[in-house]
Amino acid sequence: MILFDHVTKLYPSQQRPALDEVSVEIEKGEFVFLVGPSGSGKSTFLRLILREERPTQGSVWVAGKELGHLSNWKIPYFRRQIGTVFQDFRLLPNKTVTENVAFALEVIGKPKAHINKVVPEVLEVVGLEGKENRRPDELSGGEQQRVAIARAFVNRPMLLIADEPTGNLDPGTSVGIMQLLDRLNRLGTTVVMSTHDSAIVDQMRRRVIELEGGHLVRDQSRGVYGYAQ
Amino acid sequence: MRATFVASEVGHGLRRNLTMTLAVVITVAVSLGLFGGALLLRAQVSTMKDFWYDKVEVSIFLCSRGSDAASCSGGAVTQAQRDQIRTDLESLKPLVDTIFYESQADAYKHFQEQFANSPIADNVRESALPESFRVKLSDPTKYEVVASAFAGRPGVEQVNDQRQILDKFFRLLGGLQAIALAIAVLMLIVTVLLIVNTMRVAAFSRRRETSIMRLVGASNFYIQLPFLLEAAFAAAAGAILAIFALVLTKGILVDQVIAPSFQFTSFVGWDAVFWIAPVMLITGILLAGSAAFFTLRKYLRV
Repeated sequence: MILFDHVTKLYPSQQRPALDEVSVEIEKGEFVFLVGPSGSGKSTFLRLILREERPTQGSVWVAGKELGHLSNWKIPYFRRQIGTVFQDFRLLPNKTVTENVAFALEVIGKPKAHINKVVPEVLEVVGLEGKENRRPDELSGGEQQRVAIARAFVNRPMLLIADEPTGNLDPGTSVGIMQLLDRLNRLGTTVVMSTHDSAIVDQMRRRVIELEGGHLVRDQSRGVYGYAQ
Repeated sequence: MRATFVASEVGHGLRRNLTMTLAVVITVAVSLGLFGGALLLRAQVSTMKDFWYDKVEVSIFLCSRGSDAASCSGGAVTQAQRDQIRTDLESLKPLVDTIFYESQADAYKHFQEQFANSPIADNVRESALPESFRVKLSDPTKYEVVASAFAGRPGVEQVNDQRQILDKFFRLLGGLQAIALAIAVLMLIVTVLLIVNTMRVAAFSRRRETSIMRLVGASNFYIQLPFLLEAAFAAAAGAILAIFALVLTKGILVDQVIAPSFQFTSFVGWDAVFWIAPVMLITGILLAGSAAFFTLRKYLRV
């Protein structure tokens, strides 16, 4: 699903590379935690997968495509295969729950009938039945993140990228979000999630990739958060 | 492509940026109005040229008794000289279209008619007015051919081209037209800058939407289309205002105010307005559209 082949990313204004010779492979259907301190290269790692950045050296393969050779006009079509969730939810404040999720389909030109069918389905999957007409400011943080996950998942992507999805949530709410991501993973979606939340990582016992200073320092199946010394 | 969705985005964007939209509409209207005015003036000059060049003549004035030009040192023109000039003029056909001889008596009669009720008419005697050949050319720009053939020959006092007098007038109109065009170009540049800034503000105020659109894989075209349509809409509205002003200029200013006071010449017709109007509309939309397009390419990158 994802292959990093000796990937180095050097931002123009910086001396030290954000990622240095990172090689890693993530299989289809895996659930992977990406851990490491701030500035370790987690965000760069995710941005490279989304083709928001190009590697300085090496190559990134996602869903069978070498992203360095993906022409600009194909990028939007490539991103339709990937769902994305962020710490800050990124919802549109003036749209309801249903409209926020439908927006993702409208802007890629899906027909109205299709939208009317799949949006209620996905809202049920994420557990937001009965809140369809609320606006984001009428929802709790956990519910807002569920809307964001519904929006990321509504197009049934093969890959879900979650950048610290529980970073703004209290522990109890985070557990619910993790159960939801786990469920989507069991439906066949590959999940790559960056996090600082050691409790979650320790509890889930999934594959852990740890970055530090741009280097891959640990890649462990069924790992915990703070294992490496 | 969902037309209703794009339409609602455009309407939303236009309302949100109402003051900027109005500014764009007005500058587009003013700049295109000047542009259209310059084109109309050009059409007017060309109409007048057609009208006047058709009427202008080259006058070959012959020596009379009192002439003091060098070529008149032999006194008044003789019959032989007069006949020779006519023969030479005939040989210049087809450049020479028609030849008309005006004798001193005819000249006196025309003069009396022209200055009837004026004291000048009483002070001029027939012998003071020169006889002349009035020559109409098939191509009025080839005046030099006639001038070089007859100017300075014995018996010819002077060769006059009416066109030269008209040309001064047309140069004046051409100057006005150049000034109008220069101001129009300047205003169009201002318009482009304003649209660039409007698009920057619009892109900034909707960065949340556009960033989500990018994330979920909306194509560039789909992301930029509402912005482009907004610019095109504002430009079209401005162009329609400018066309309205142009129609008023032609229908009221030209036809009802200027034309009745200057009946000796012809004025630009509605056909000119009919081709200038679409030129203005297309110029406005293309200009705004391309300004928006290049701005958005910078601010809404994938």
